[in-house]
Amino acid sequence: MKQSAFTLERVRPLAADTVELRFSGDTSAITAPGQFVNLALPGRFLRRPVSVCDWTPGHLTLLLRIAGAGTRELADSPPGTVFDVLSGLGNGFTLSGIDPEGVILAGGGIGIAPLYGLAKALSRRGIPAVAALGFRSRADVFYLDEFRAVCDTVLVATEDENGLVTDMLRQYDSRRYVCCCGPLPMLRAVYGLPHLTGGQYSFEARMGCGFGACMGCSMPFRGGWRRICKDGPVFAREDIVWET
Amino acid sequence: MGDVNLSVTLAGVALKNPVIPASGTFGYGREYAALYDLNILGAFSWKGTTAQPCDGNPPPRIAETPAGMLNAIGLQNPGIDAVIREEVPNIARIFQGPVIANVGGFTVEEYAENCRKLDAVEQCKILEINISCPNVHAGGRNFGTDAKAAAEVTAAVRRVTRKPVFMKLTPNVSDIAEIARACADAGADGLCLINTLLGMRIDLKTRRPVLANRTGGLSGPTIFPVALRMVWDVYEAVRLPIIGCGGVASAEDVAEMMLAGASAVEIGAANLRDPYLCKRIVEELPEVCKRLGAERIADMTGAAHE
Repeated sequence: MKQSAFTLERVRPLAADTVELRFSGDTSAITAPGQFVNLALPGRFLRRPVSVCDWTPGHLTLLLRIAGAGTRELADSPPGTVFDVLSGLGNGFTLSGIDPEGVILAGGGIGIAPLYGLAKALSRRGIPAVAALGFRSRADVFYLDEFRAVCDTVLVATEDENGLVTDMLRQYDSRRYVCCCGPLPMLRAVYGLPHLTGGQYSFEARMGCGFGACMGCSMPFRGGWRRICKDGPVFAREDIVWET
Repeated sequence: MGDVNLSVTLAGVALKNPVIPASGTFGYGREYAALYDLNILGAFSWKGTTAQPCDGNPPPRIAETPAGMLNAIGLQNPGIDAVIREEVPNIARIFQGPVIANVGGFTVEEYAENCRKLDAVEQCKILEINISCPNVHAGGRNFGTDAKAAAEVTAAVRRVTRKPVFMKLTPNVSDIAEIARACADAGADGLCLINTLLGMRIDLKTRRPVLANRTGGLSGPTIFPVALRMVWDVYEAVRLPIIGCGGVASAEDVAEMMLAGASAVEIGAANLRDPYLCKRIVEELPEVCKRLGAERIADMTGAAHE
C-alpha cells in the first residue's frame, strides 16, 4: 500500500452514471489486476474504494459508477484536481491460478472494470478470454470496444433485451474457469452454474479503512470471517462457502 | 525554549508521548506496522478482545455520516487465547512500548477471566475494560449505562490483576460523571472516554437501515465536542487519570483534549481515513506545544479548568 497524490487528467462519460477517470501518479504499489485504490474526497470522511481498471507506470484508469453525492463530486472534478490516494490495496486476480486453456470473464455493471485490466494481462500471456458482460439496459452498456481489443469474444447481455449474464453463460459451456466481478446476486448466480468448476470471484463491500484495520467489510468464507479489503477482494472459488 | 518534553504517565505507566491509536481502529498493530515504525507511538490499544472468538455482526457494518462514520462491527476478534498465543508474540516484534489491552465481555465473570489471563502478559501495561460497546447485546444488559453494573465489573477485574485498570465509558448516558464516580469508588485506576455514540442511517432507496445491525456507533470529528465536554465533566468529578478519546484528528485536538483534562489521548476513526495520522501527530506535537507555550505536555492536562 502506498499513500500518494494522484492528479485527475481526464473524465470521459461512458454511459448513464458511469465515467472513466484517468489520473497521473505513482502506480508502483499496484501489482495485480483486481486490486483497488481508496480515494479521499474533500469534505467526506470515508475514502471511496474503486477497482483499478488499468494502469501503466505513471498512469491510472478507474471506471466509476456515480452512486451518491461523493462519487458525483469525484466525477464532476475538473482536470488538474489532486487527490490523496491509497493505492495497491487488496489481493487481485492470481494469474498463475487461471486455466491457460481459456477463461470466461463474467462482469456485471461497474464490476467489469477490473476484468478489463485482467483481460489485458491475459492477452499479453496468450491466454484466450471470453468476456461476458452484463448491464441493466442498452443505455448502460460501456467499454465494449476496449474489451474487444483484448478478448477473443465479447458477449453482451442487457436485462431489457436478452437477459442476464448467467443466462448467456448457461448456453456457453465450453469453458470451465471463470473470473467474475459484479453485484453479490450475480456472483452467487455465476457461482451456481454447474459447468464453471473453477474460478476467482471479486467481492464488493462497504469499507471503513480499505487496508484491513477496522473489520468493517468482513464476510464469512471457508475458515472463518475474512476481510474483503485485505484478504480479498478476489477470493478463489474454493474459499467461498455458498451452497449450490 | 528548549525541546518539548512529550512524556506522560497513566497510573504509573510511563508513555513517551500521549498519542495512542484507539481500540478497534488499529487491530493488533499488524496492518500499521507495515506502514511505519510503531515505536513512535506512546502506546496502542488493541482490538476489543473477548473470551471466545467472535464473528461480529452481519454486513453491512459501515455507514458514512457528515464528518464521521457509523460502525456496527460487533467485536469481531479471534478470542483471548488466540490473541495471547498468536498476536502477543507478534506485537513484541513490532512494538516495544506499553500495550493497552482492550477487554470485551458479555458477563462480569468473562471480564474477570480475560483480565486474569492478561495479568500474566508482560507487555500489556494497562487493561482497558470496554463496558461501552454499543454493538453487542449481552442479554439486554449494558454494563456501561448503569452505575451499579459498571462498578460491579470494575470490582471484579480489580480483584484479579495487579495491572492498572482503566474503564472505557459510553457517552450514551445522561450523566457520565455518575458512572465515572462509581468506577472510581470500585477501584478503577483510570478512565477512558468516550466510546461511540449510538446512531443510525436509513437508505432512501431501499427505505431500510443502512446497517444490518440497524444501529451503530458514531465516531469521527463530528463527536469531538461531545467527547471534550465529557472529559471536562469527568475531570471535575473524579481524581483519576483520563484517556481522552472521541473525534481526535490533529495535534491541536490532542492539545485541546489535554486542556480539558486528559492525561493521554486516543485517536480512532481518523486512522481509518489517514493510516499515517498518529505518526504525523506525534511529529507535529512539539511544534504545537511550543506555539502554546508548554515545555512539558503533561502540564497541559486540565489546564483549562479554573
